Amino acid sequence: MIANPRILTDGMVARIEALASRYPTKQALTLPALHIIHDELRHVPLEAVVEIAQLLDLAPAEVQDTLTFYQFFYQEKPHGKVRAFVCRSISCALRGGEQVLDHLCKKAGINPGETTSDGTITIEAAECLGACDFAPCMLAGSDLHKDLTHEKADAFLESVRRQNG
Amino acid sequence: MKSFHTFRPVLLEAAGIEDGFSIKSYRSRGGYAPLERLLVEKKPSEVVELVKSSGLRGRGGAGFMTGLKWTFLPKDHLGPIYLCVNADESEPGTFNNRILMEEDPHQVLEGIIISAYATRASTAYIYLRYEYPKSWDMLQTAIDEAYQAGLLGDDIKGSGFSLDIYLHRGAAAYICGEETGLIESLEGKRAWPRIKPPFPAIEGAFRKPTVVNNIETMACVAQIARRGIEWFQSIGIPADPNNPRDPGSYGPKLYCLSGHVEKPGCYEAPLGITARELIEHFGDGVWKGRRAKAVIPGGISMGLMTEDELDTPLDFAGPGTVGCLGLGTAAVVVIDDTVSIVDFLHNSCRFFAHESCGQCTPCREGTSWSLRMLERIRAGKGRLRDLDLLTEIGDTMGMMPGSTICGLADGAAWPIKNSITKFRDEFEDYIKQTNPNGYMETDPVPALPIVTTH
Repeated sequence: MIANPRILTDGMVARIEALASRYPTKQALTLPALHIIHDELRHVPLEAVVEIAQLLDLAPAEVQDTLTFYQFFYQEKPHGKVRAFVCRSISCALRGGEQVLDHLCKKAGINPGETTSDGTITIEAAECLGACDFAPCMLAGSDLHKDLTHEKADAFLESVRRQNG
Repeated sequence: MKSFHTFRPVLLEAAGIEDGFSIKSYRSRGGYAPLERLLVEKKPSEVVELVKSSGLRGRGGAGFMTGLKWTFLPKDHLGPIYLCVNADESEPGTFNNRILMEEDPHQVLEGIIISAYATRASTAYIYLRYEYPKSWDMLQTAIDEAYQAGLLGDDIKGSGFSLDIYLHRGAAAYICGEETGLIESLEGKRAWPRIKPPFPAIEGAFRKPTVVNNIETMACVAQIARRGIEWFQSIGIPADPNNPRDPGSYGPKLYCLSGHVEKPGCYEAPLGITARELIEHFGDGVWKGRRAKAVIPGGISMGLMTEDELDTPLDFAGPGTVGCLGLGTAAVVVIDDTVSIVDFLHNSCRFFAHESCGQCTPCREGTSWSLRMLERIRAGKGRLRDLDLLTEIGDTMGMMPGSTICGLADGAAWPIKNSITKFRDEFEDYIKQTNPNGYMETDPVPALPIVTTH
């Protein structure tokens, strides 16, 4: 049997294994491993699930079970180069969060939860981001965008396109 | 003059200080000295006693006595014992833990080290929600500084006590804030809350005795160690002498103020400040000179207080006296008089339908059906009977009616029951106006196309 090329790079495996001493079980590495792969590949394909399972002495179904519970992880295809979460929970909704989400999606030409056809950006509705003091807010990558307006949303989209276009 | 006028922030002491997050700044404010003293002077059991007799109640939402929780751990256990610190703050409106982790991470760490010493835990996991990348960086930097200063690792300051603290990143799921959901998630599984008993103190993370405490609770432990029980009990609302089951509401509290106020933010006040005082003194009033229609006292799952009820003290007992579920996370969300309560309830139902973990049928079905009914009402197809159906769903899902494993469903049910009770006229008017020909229908109606909640 010809082995398929591995999805997990040596670097990823090393990063996962470096965390092993923190937990008394290998299964506890599931979430950290999923994050490490998702951070790099922007999704965790099924082949990677099998490789994680082999690494952690688990059944692939156990890893897949955990992965699918958190709707956070993409599997079929990667999310956009930028993944933006726009808060729709109560504090943001009271200050126009849902309008900002609609505006942003319309400008990008997608529905919430979708990725632009050029793969630049994914825009998702999120539940409370814990930044209600800056409502309405958005988390894009590790940047928190505060007190959003339609103008700020436009400028954000523009800068994403410039950097990734 | 009310106490909050003269109250000086303690938990938020570092906010606004340059480099307030650094170990140097924390030490200069008296930090870590209490820990070093306590490691020499007190036995773990004495630290448990200290926290127990301070009357500290958990700041995560349930308000359980922190010290008492620690005493449930088995005595003379050979170990390991785990401390899980809950930083999965996800209740809508809540961000006090984020402020603490970003502004003063060492205060949090000192509380964790003291709590781990008291509970004889040698490993502490901070379960941090994915949405807080800055908190992650601030905490990790602080942890690194603490290791370098010999405050973490083996044989801390020659005391024989060893502790490692690890950050564990969540993946955007509200249910991970439930303590046994958090433990399952930490173990690498889906975050399905466990049936209790056994409680985590007996069998928790990795089947070992475990304590789960909130970030703000940890910061309070650090302050109690520094300033003492008398100081802590001089703040807040004392126990009701006529009610032997009331443990009181002692200490400072971080209130998160958001929604329709001029100055949203995280403000520290003695437990028992009223919502009106918070809004007027700290928030500069309801925004745009409007009037508050309703206020959430402690995160969306607590339900609503009406404008007439805003003088209720926000201590652990107060919100319950006006039909709210409790103090919750003390996240106060102001809703002005231009907002439709139907829209509020729709937002609440959507949140819980999205976040129900799906393990218990009453919660999985109840949250999604209540959302579908609200969608239908907003689409102009509501019927008065729907209000009774919604109330029925609210009455039957949750730990209180005994139909679910965890309290998520109670939190989903409460805003439904509470807002329909308090604003029934508004719901009825809305339904009559938007569905003038059909509001009296009682026959089953076809559902709208499947609502996507994700």
